[in-house]
Amino acid sequence: MISSNQLRFSYSTQKKFTFPDIHCNDQETLLILGQSGRGKTTLLHLLALLLKPESGDIVIAGKSIKNLTPQEVTATRAKHIGIIYQRPHFVSSLSVMDNILLSNYLANQKEDRRKARELAEQLGFADHLSKKTNQLSQGEQQRVSIARSLMNNPNIILADEPTSNLDDDNCQRVIQLLKKQSAQIGASLVVVTHDQRLKDEFSNQVFL
Amino acid sequence: MNLFKISMANLREKKLNSFLSALLLTLGIGMISLLLLLNKQLDEQFKRNLKGIDMVVGAKGSPLQVILSSIYQIDAPTGNIPLAEVNALRKNPFVKTVIPLSIGDNYQGFRILGTTPKYIEHFNVKLAEGHLYNASMEVTIGSKVARDSKLKIGDQFSGSHGLDSEGEKHEDKKYKVVGIFKSSGTVVDQLIVTRLSSVWDIHEHSEGGKTPEVAEVEHSDGPSHVDPEPDEEGKDVTSALIQFRNPMGLITIPRQINDNTSMQAALPSIEINRLFSLLGVGIETLRTLALIIISIAGVSVFISLYNSLKDRKYEMALMLSMGATRTRLFLMLLIEGLSLAVIGFFAGIIASRVGLWVFSNAAEDDFHYSLGQFALQPEEIYLFFGAIAIGIVAAALPSLGIYRLNISRTLAEE
Repeated sequence: MISSNQLRFSYSTQKKFTFPDIHCNDQETLLILGQSGRGKTTLLHLLALLLKPESGDIVIAGKSIKNLTPQEVTATRAKHIGIIYQRPHFVSSLSVMDNILLSNYLANQKEDRRKARELAEQLGFADHLSKKTNQLSQGEQQRVSIARSLMNNPNIILADEPTSNLDDDNCQRVIQLLKKQSAQIGASLVVVTHDQRLKDEFSNQVFL
Repeated sequence: MNLFKISMANLREKKLNSFLSALLLTLGIGMISLLLLLNKQLDEQFKRNLKGIDMVVGAKGSPLQVILSSIYQIDAPTGNIPLAEVNALRKNPFVKTVIPLSIGDNYQGFRILGTTPKYIEHFNVKLAEGHLYNASMEVTIGSKVARDSKLKIGDQFSGSHGLDSEGEKHEDKKYKVVGIFKSSGTVVDQLIVTRLSSVWDIHEHSEGGKTPEVAEVEHSDGPSHVDPEPDEEGKDVTSALIQFRNPMGLITIPRQINDNTSMQAALPSIEINRLFSLLGVGIETLRTLALIIISIAGVSVFISLYNSLKDRKYEMALMLSMGATRTRLFLMLLIEGLSLAVIGFFAGIIASRVGLWVFSNAAEDDFHYSLGQFALQPEEIYLFFGAIAIGIVAAALPSLGIYRLNISRTLAEE
């Protein structure tokens, strides 16, 4: 579960953002639509605790993030939030498998190879586990980053433009997988995008 | 998964950069280590053979040449001196021992040295088999001579005139091997030792009528001289090693000799110090060069990590967003630098041993000296910590950027 309340953020005195409140229960999905420059990525970074809001509050898994120390913020993010970025990025020196396991390792969780392999099979890249990530196609890379975000069974999955670099087929496939996987682990799925193709896929929508 | 594994993967990812950094460190460490090994072993070789010899007398010429030819057997002798003058030194109250040496022939490049039993006593060399030469034309050979020339007890051979094996052979007179010395690490290992009279006998034919076998007579000119010393009117020797009874001899005798005789006195300690200070310039230059190479290796590690960090900024931000602490990533980068330093160090140590081996083979061919100590030197422990320090500093400086990395901005930029 994730919700926000009167979030404000400013990069400078000219560039100020006030965001609408959002709310997304466990197992629910939410689409945040907006054109470029409306602060989509800023909102996502706020929700992902990568940025500290100027004012307002965020509640993650029933806990307010106000008064958390930086260490607690990092731990909360690692444990409860799975993030999928617009352009899939990886540690390029590691194999696909190790990149997925990295999220276990960095969150101080036990490395779950079986889960990684299961996810790879469900997401359709089981043959590529020992390859380097840059040997994969964009669509495959995006699916690997979905698997990576799911490894710690997060409470919330945040996706930043997960489909904007994909063709229609891959777009459909990725969004279906996202919905299916987040439902499987009972997480809230929040997708931030300007991709109009996703409009019909989500019942809950917020416009920036 | 652990930090070490990720660091190694990162190093492998940038193979050429890692290779260059490690190679530079290998070169620098290898050079310094080789210099340490050479310096130590040359020093040891020189000191060991020098021990107890206070002065060398020889024909007038370069004093360094006298020392090199008489003690180390590596240079040509300056000429001959009359044995009578050498023996006259025994009468000096400051003189303890006089060991006359006669050089002139060789067998397969190994020098045949005519001397008195005192010489063997002085170097404290023991027999491995057979017995010490006691008649003219009998020889006892050093351990290295035995090994390389395959001479055995009872074998006969003829020496070649001069100091290299190309010289004219003395076919008519053959030496006979009667004993082999144990290896002692001194110059004796590479010598064929015989009586002074053997050397005279060999060269009799060129001087004319053959004189009867030189008898070694017990001298009674002083109670301290117990060993039989040959004293033959008109005979020459190449040089003589002198030991003093007390340091006072050092002050008066060399001057007396240089002023009043046809001989010259050379003091090994002074000449060897001079030699080392001449060599020292070269060694110092090489050492400076090695230090420069090591510094460049440090800079190379720095640049390579700095560049890769710029490329991997997004990766770092990603790992931070996935729960990595900055200290953890800093450690990861430090391990990359450290691994290069450790690899460079060990490769350098191995390279220096290979270098020493090559050098030793060359020295053995040219001078019959071998430098076969490959053990780790105590200074190399310091070198290890030096390499580690360079690795840490070179990796830490660019990696500190991790602590300033803005996660959100870095992730949003791409």
